[in-house]
Amino acid sequence: MKVNSPLQVYKYLPQTNCGECGEATCMAFASHLLDRSNKIEDCPPILDGKYKKKYLELSELLASEIREVIAGVGETAVKIGGDDVLYRHQLTFFDPTVLAYDVSDTMSEEELVGRVKKISEFKKFYVGAFLKVDMVAVRSTSNDPSKFKAAVKKVTETTTLPLILCSFNPEVLAAGLEVCADRKPILYAATKENWQQVSELALEHKTPVVLFSPGDLDELKTLAVSFKEIGINDIILDPGTYPRGEQLKTTFENFLKLRRAGIKEGQKDIAYPIMATPITSWMVNEDPVTASYWETVLASVFTVKYGDMMIMHSIEPYALLPEVHIRSTIFTDPRTPVRVDPGVYEVGSPTKDSPVIITTNFALTYYTVESDISSNDINCYLATVDTDGIGVQASVAGGQLTAAKIKETFDNAGFDFKEKTSHNTVILPGMAARLQGDVEDTTGLNVKIGPPDSGRIFGWMETNWPPK
Amino acid sequence: MAKKMKINDVIELLKDADVEALEGVTFEGDIELEIDETAAGIDSLFAYTMGQETAKIGLYLLNLARSVGYPVDQIAGMPAQPLAPSVPKLSKLIESKFSVGTNDEWKTQIQEVTLGATSSDGGTRGHTITLGGEKALPYYFDAPMPNRNYVTIDVFDMPIGMAKAVKSNYEDVMEDPGEWAKKVVKEFNADLVTIHLISTDPLLNDTPAVEASKTVEEVLQAVDVPIVIGGSGNPEKDPLVLERAAEVAEGERCLLASASLNLDYERIAAAANKYGHVVLSWTQLEINAQKELNRKLMKQCGVDRDRIIVDPTTAALGYGLDYAYSNMERIRLAGLIGDEELNFPMSSGTTNAWGAREAWMVSSPLKEDSDWGPREYRGPIWEIVTGLTLALGGNDLFMMMHPGAVKVLKEITQTLFGSIKTDEIDLSNWVAEVVA
Repeated sequence: MKVNSPLQVYKYLPQTNCGECGEATCMAFASHLLDRSNKIEDCPPILDGKYKKKYLELSELLASEIREVIAGVGETAVKIGGDDVLYRHQLTFFDPTVLAYDVSDTMSEEELVGRVKKISEFKKFYVGAFLKVDMVAVRSTSNDPSKFKAAVKKVTETTTLPLILCSFNPEVLAAGLEVCADRKPILYAATKENWQQVSELALEHKTPVVLFSPGDLDELKTLAVSFKEIGINDIILDPGTYPRGEQLKTTFENFLKLRRAGIKEGQKDIAYPIMATPITSWMVNEDPVTASYWETVLASVFTVKYGDMMIMHSIEPYALLPEVHIRSTIFTDPRTPVRVDPGVYEVGSPTKDSPVIITTNFALTYYTVESDISSNDINCYLATVDTDGIGVQASVAGGQLTAAKIKETFDNAGFDFKEKTSHNTVILPGMAARLQGDVEDTTGLNVKIGPPDSGRIFGWMETNWPPK
Repeated sequence: MAKKMKINDVIELLKDADVEALEGVTFEGDIELEIDETAAGIDSLFAYTMGQETAKIGLYLLNLARSVGYPVDQIAGMPAQPLAPSVPKLSKLIESKFSVGTNDEWKTQIQEVTLGATSSDGGTRGHTITLGGEKALPYYFDAPMPNRNYVTIDVFDMPIGMAKAVKSNYEDVMEDPGEWAKKVVKEFNADLVTIHLISTDPLLNDTPAVEASKTVEEVLQAVDVPIVIGGSGNPEKDPLVLERAAEVAEGERCLLASASLNLDYERIAAAANKYGHVVLSWTQLEINAQKELNRKLMKQCGVDRDRIIVDPTTAALGYGLDYAYSNMERIRLAGLIGDEELNFPMSSGTTNAWGAREAWMVSSPLKEDSDWGPREYRGPIWEIVTGLTLALGGNDLFMMMHPGAVKVLKEITQTLFGSIKTDEIDLSNWVAEVVA
């Protein structure tokens, strides 16, 4: 992005404050273009002919430093790359790392379909939404075009997720494209050996293409410059992910170098998304748990540092769960508030016999507790104490969750236990058990100690509620 | 009606025009730009072949056409009919060299802090460990990292509840902190041992400080690695407990965990100064509080710079690790560019990862989730990923619990540090060679 103040952006807008974009003013729209919560195309007037020049100029000024490549079609299409900063606290990272999991064309049909289904169906609830994975990578281990074609076809019949077609043999890739080109798959990969044929495939089918040059950034740039020259812009760079030793250290450095060149030094001819292949862990680890663990380690390293897409093999929950969570960690927008407003919230339809549960106003804590309660159809009052956005355990240790703060929460909310409850009781989080006496003295309420994890509230209620 | 022009003619034609590069227009195949003279009023048809010059000229022409009101984007979007057949335009690759600079803003070195003292320095440790000293972000190519990451394994002065996957490693030693310490050093390769005096908590056993300090002596005798001494986290009692522990460990250059703004940090700092220890400066995910506490320790309490390590707080993967990671990364970047209140080695309570339900719970409490699988494999990887993420944010010292997690975290951090050599492998045909 070449602009950094709303005023700079405003100069290119119609300046009519027409409101068609949904913002009150063009200036407000300008600031949302800067933080990328709006797109220029949200402004209907600027698309009109007379603003065409400004539209194009502004598009260029607002373009991300790292090219954004789109693969797949429809709702499951993925955006890859698109970053503007080297550190997430400087703005935020855009386009979360695209996670792909492999199948191969020598797998039995049953195994292939089973894996594809697991990949497509995986979901993990987190802060109001489900974390999922994004793509299926079809590897040709047969090197046989007809086998590959059949495997690709089977995958497209089983899932709507976008595909990565993986082979260094252009004939194999061509065979795969015959049955899925309309799904805009990614071609993996062009190398210094096969680049001519693979570039033709990418041009003909208008598909994104990965350039693969293990351990050699000069060669990678040579490929990128050449593909750009041919007219291919949807490029993803794979500098090779070596799974261990000094080669892995060099791999890490290569990711840093590519991204620094693209963002800090503005080297446009190398400013493309970067991909990692943690799956190479399986080349050096025989034991499946060890291989899966190391694969997750590599995936984590390259999620934190600049991997925009990656291919993995393990679809065990102990691989998928940390992988989707580290991605969400790194790509959560740090500008989003950490806290929810303190107060006493109703979950479901609480009555006088419903429990009153205490938690903190750290957003993650609040949403976790709230979803645990509502998912189990528990009606209750959830009292959210202002702990400066710190979680339960840490705020008990740090003195932000105290009896006085708890009392203040109910007082400020005008919550009268005599009127609202039949039991005059609050439930403290298990992690805050040490506050029990203080809370009893300060509030005059009965205090029960809940479970240390809100995931256990349902089971806890069965034996502990209503209070005797 | 076709008229050919040389490239120089076009450049001449365009040199006085206000032309700009056009983003977003892609040329595919050989360029043959056709402008209908009846529609545009331009009496030329340009056809060019081959190479970069062509593409650039195409852009200039489009801009020129636009400037006279020609509907350029319709042309650019036209079907490929006027394009030449799809043959690669390049007969060989355009050789290029990649280069990138180093970061010249990182001018300040992170403070080096040594833990442990050998007999030559008045202690009884077998060796010392030095943390910090970085001149760049961790594992970056800008400057070599002088010291590797280290792991200290938790030992408690009483049996405590812990996740099953962790507990199974320590059941035989839980009653005996000395044996526990030996086990983590000998069997689990701990670089240091942390003895947590949690039984001193008034809400637990309320063990008196004097008695608790005996456990410290016991651990010092059981192992010869540098040690970390932790209190119970009770802000009233910790200064007392750590003061007494510091006294019995005089000269051993232990890490006292911790000084914080919500307790009497002056007493802990004074004990470190008097008995020759290092202070862990602990704040909660707040960079300005970290600056404030470090400043107070240095200016108000007279703690030397080489006796401060900071713990900016570790939140588990999925439970605020995003804040913990960015907080550490910001602290480290601030240190590297010259903030002398923040350029200290960092420590992480990585054990906090076990608080995440994904690490220990038998199955998901939410019926909508996919199966979480066996928990004994989820816990260690949760601890590893939590620690590894913070390693990438600049953390130096890891306080951990699960032996398997320690092993893997050491392997990846030492690989990125550069001390693990293996045979080279050839990736050139990985697509077919990965057998899984």
